[in-house]
Amino acid sequence: MVTRYSLRVLALGYLLFLLVLPVGLIAWRTFARGLAPVLTALTSPSAVHAFEVTLSVASWAVVANTIFGIGAAILLVRHRFPGKRILGALIDLPLAVSPVVVGLALILVYGRFAPAGGWLERHGLQVIFSLPGMVLATVFVSLPLVVRAIVPVLEELGEEQEQAAHTLGATGWQTFRRITIPGIRWALAYGVVLCLARALGEYGAVAVVSGRLVGQTQTLTLFVEERFQNFDQPAAFAAATALALMAVVTLLLTKFLRPKD
Amino acid sequence: MAIEVRDVTKSFGGTPVLRDVSVDIGSGSLTALLGPSGGGKSTLLRIIAGLEQPDTGTVVISGVDATRLSPQRRNVGFVFQHYAAFKHLTVRRNVAFGLEVRKRPKAQVRRRVAELLELVHLEQLADRYPAQLSGGQRQRMALARALAVEPEVLLLDEPFGALDAQVRKELRTWLRRLHDEVHVTTVFVTHDQEEAMDVADEIVVLADGVVEQVGSPHEMYDNPANPFVMSFLGPVTRLDGRLVRPHDIEVCAAEQPGSSAATVTRVVRLGFEVRVETRVAGQDVWAQLTRGSADHLRLDPGDTVYLRPVSNARTLAGSG
Amino acid sequence: MATIEARAAPISAPPAAPARAPRPRRRPPHLGTGLGLGLAVTYLSLIVLLPLAAVVWRGTRGGDFWRAVSTPDSWAALKLTVGGSLLVAAINIVMGTVIAWVLVRDRFPGKAVVDVLIDLPFALPTIVAGLVLLALYGTASPLHLNLAYTQAGVIVALLFVTLPFVVRTVQPVLLELDRDMEEAAHSLGAGGWLTFRRIILPNLLPAMLSGGGLAFTRAIAEYGSTVLISGNIKFRTEVAAVNIFGRIENDEITSAAAVSTALLVVAFVVLAGLDLVRRWGARRGD
Repeated sequence: MVTRYSLRVLALGYLLFLLVLPVGLIAWRTFARGLAPVLTALTSPSAVHAFEVTLSVASWAVVANTIFGIGAAILLVRHRFPGKRILGALIDLPLAVSPVVVGLALILVYGRFAPAGGWLERHGLQVIFSLPGMVLATVFVSLPLVVRAIVPVLEELGEEQEQAAHTLGATGWQTFRRITIPGIRWALAYGVVLCLARALGEYGAVAVVSGRLVGQTQTLTLFVEERFQNFDQPAAFAAATALALMAVVTLLLTKFLRPKD
Repeated sequence: MAIEVRDVTKSFGGTPVLRDVSVDIGSGSLTALLGPSGGGKSTLLRIIAGLEQPDTGTVVISGVDATRLSPQRRNVGFVFQHYAAFKHLTVRRNVAFGLEVRKRPKAQVRRRVAELLELVHLEQLADRYPAQLSGGQRQRMALARALAVEPEVLLLDEPFGALDAQVRKELRTWLRRLHDEVHVTTVFVTHDQEEAMDVADEIVVLADGVVEQVGSPHEMYDNPANPFVMSFLGPVTRLDGRLVRPHDIEVCAAEQPGSSAATVTRVVRLGFEVRVETRVAGQDVWAQLTRGSADHLRLDPGDTVYLRPVSNARTLAGSG
Repeated sequence: MATIEARAAPISAPPAAPARAPRPRRRPPHLGTGLGLGLAVTYLSLIVLLPLAAVVWRGTRGGDFWRAVSTPDSWAALKLTVGGSLLVAAINIVMGTVIAWVLVRDRFPGKAVVDVLIDLPFALPTIVAGLVLLALYGTASPLHLNLAYTQAGVIVALLFVTLPFVVRTVQPVLLELDRDMEEAAHSLGAGGWLTFRRIILPNLLPAMLSGGGLAFTRAIAEYGSTVLISGNIKFRTEVAAVNIFGRIENDEITSAAAVSTALLVVAFVVLAGLDLVRRWGARRGD
C-alpha cells in the first residue's frame, strides 16, 4: 500500500512539474488579459503570413509522404525483393537524424553553390531559402510516419482478400481502390495526422533551410522564436498556444484513430 | 488431514463464487476438484494457495491456520494452467527459483534440481528457455519447479487444460505415477470427469459454489448423491421419470415385468459399443449395448422393443 | 522535431512472411515490384540518402574531421550532448518505468487523462516545448527556480521531449506480462520486492533499454527545445545541434558537416545496439 501510494505520487509529481505546470502556465499567461490581445497578436500581418507558409509547406509535405507512404508500405509488405530489410531501415533513418543536420544535408545538395542546387537555380527553381527547400526538409523529418502507421495493418490484413478480388475479376487498380485502401483507411488517417502534426511543428530543419526571412519564409514555429527573441512575449505566447492547441487536437485525433491492438 | 477448509465463502463484486464450502483433504491423497466452469473450483484452489483471500472461513494446512498467511509462507506448490513459466530464465533456473529464494546452499540446489529434472524427464532440456519447449514439457517444468521446494501440498489448476488430447492423456498417467512415487498431498482442478476418475483417488464435486458430493471415483459413479452429480459423472437417460445410466437399461424383444414398450428410431454402431435410440411414450430414451447383445436382438429402426432398468441399477428420481 | 516515434513497431525488420498464410518461397520478381522499388529508392535518395551522404563526405574528406570535431567549442558541445543524453536516458529509464507501472497497475480517477497526456511532448512543436519550460523555469519563474542558461535547464528540456519513449515501450510489455508468473513466484516463497527484482524487472529490461536507447538518440539530436532555455552559451550550455547551427550560420560548412557526422555515428552505434537488445528480447520471448 505504502509503495503503491509513493509510486503514484512520484509519477504524478514528475508529470506535474515536467509537463502539466509548464504547459498550463503558458496557456494561463496567454489568456491572462483576455481573448482580445491574443486575437490581435494572431491576426497581425506577419502572423497571418506565417500561418499561410506553415499550411502550405505542411500540405505539400503531407501529400508527398502519403503517396510515398502507401506505395512503400505495399512494397514492403506485399512484394518480395532482395534488400527489403535495408529499405525498411533506410525509411526509418530520418528519425535518427538531428533536424539541424537535415537542414545542413539539404543545403549541401540543393544549395546555390552545390552542383544540383546550382543547376536547378539556373533553371529557375530556388530550393534553399525558399519554399521548396522547406518542403523538402519537412518531408525528410516526417518521412517514416505514414509508412510506419500502415505497415502493421497491411500485414495484419493479409493477402487473401486481395487474392479473392483478383479471382472475382478485379484489376490491380480496382483491388487497390476497393479492397486495400478501405482496409487500411484508419491506419492511413492515423499516419496522415501524425505526419501533419510533425509537419506543422517542425522547427530545426526549417530554421536552417528557410533562411528565416520574416514575411517570406517564416513559419509559425519560426515566428514564435523570432517574436520571443524580440521581446514580443504576447505574440510569441499566443502563437505558441495556437500551436499547442493544434498539438492537443492531434493528440485526441490519434487516440481515436490509433489502430486498436 | 493435510488441508481443512472450513465454511469458506467468497464473492467477486457481489457475485457469490463459494458458499460455505468445507472440505477435508487427507495426507498423501490425490484429490480432484471437479465441476463445471464457473463452479468455484479454481477459486477454492487459489484460496488454499493464498492467492485469494476468503471473505469468511478458515484454511488449515498441516494443522496450522493458514487463512491469513501470504502465499510465500504457506509452502504450497502451485501449478498454473498456462504454466506461468519464468520466460527470462532457463528450465534449470526456473526449477531452482524456489530454492534460491530460500537461500539454500548452491550444491544442494544443484543436486535437488538435477533430481527433479530427472524425475520429469527434462535433463536434456535443462539449458533451454521456456519458449523453446512444447506445452507438455513446459507443464512438466512447472511441476518440477513446484515440487523443488518440497511443498506440504501440491495444487494444480487445470494442469492439462491447455494441452492437446494426446499429450493430456500421457501426462495424466504420468501424474498418477509421479504421485505414487512422491506421495505429496495433491489437489488438482478439472472440469473433465474422465480425467478426475482416471487420476484421482478422491473427488470433490463443486457446482455453483457448493460442494455437491465427496467420495472415491467408483463410489460416486455408483452412488451419486443427486441428479446433478449423476449426470455430471457420466451419461444418463430418463426412463419412466427416473434417471438411469444407458448401460443399465436392458433391451428385450418381448415384454417383461416392469418394462416399457419403445420404438427404435436409430441404431448407431460405435465400434464395440452400440447406441440404441428409441421413443417411449413420446420421450427420447437411449440405451447402450455391447455389439454382441445388439447383434443378438437384430435391431432396426421401426422395431418395437421393451426397456427396463437392470436389476441392480442405480436410478434417481429425475428432476428437470 | 517532435513526434510520435516510439509508437508503431519499427519496420526495419518486417517478418519474413505472415505467420498464418505461408506463401511460396520464391516468386519471380514482378515488373511492378521493380518499378515501385525504383521509385521508392529514387525518392529516398533525393531527399534522404544523397543529402546525408553529402554531409558525411563533406565532413570527413581531407582529414578535417578530427580537427573540426576537436575544436574546443565543438568538443565541449559533443561532450555535453552525449553526457547529458546519457543522464536523460537513465532518468527516463527509471521514471518512465515508474510512470508505466502506475498507469498499468494503479487505479485512480483521471488515469485515462494522464495516459493521453504522456504523448503531449511528441505532439508539441519543440520550440513551444522550450518556451513552455522557460515560462516555468526561466528568469520569471513563479517557483523561483531559475534554470535558464544552465546545464540543468538543458537536461529538463531533454527530459520533456523524451518523456514518452520509455513509458510507451514499457507499458505494453507490462500489460502483457503474465500475472501468473508473479503468483508462481509468490507461491514459491518470494516476497514482493524479490518478485519484482527477479521476475518482473528482467522481463521489462529489454523494453526499458530499448526505450532508453530511443530517448538517447532523440536527446543527442535535439535542437528546438534547447534553443531558448539554454541561451546557447559556448562551453557551458551549447549542445551539438546548436553548435552545428552556429557553424552553418557562420558559413563554416565543412566543420558543421564534421560535427554532424560525429552525431550521426553516435546515433547509428546506439541504433545498432538497440537492434541487438531487440533480438535479445525476442530470443527469449515466445
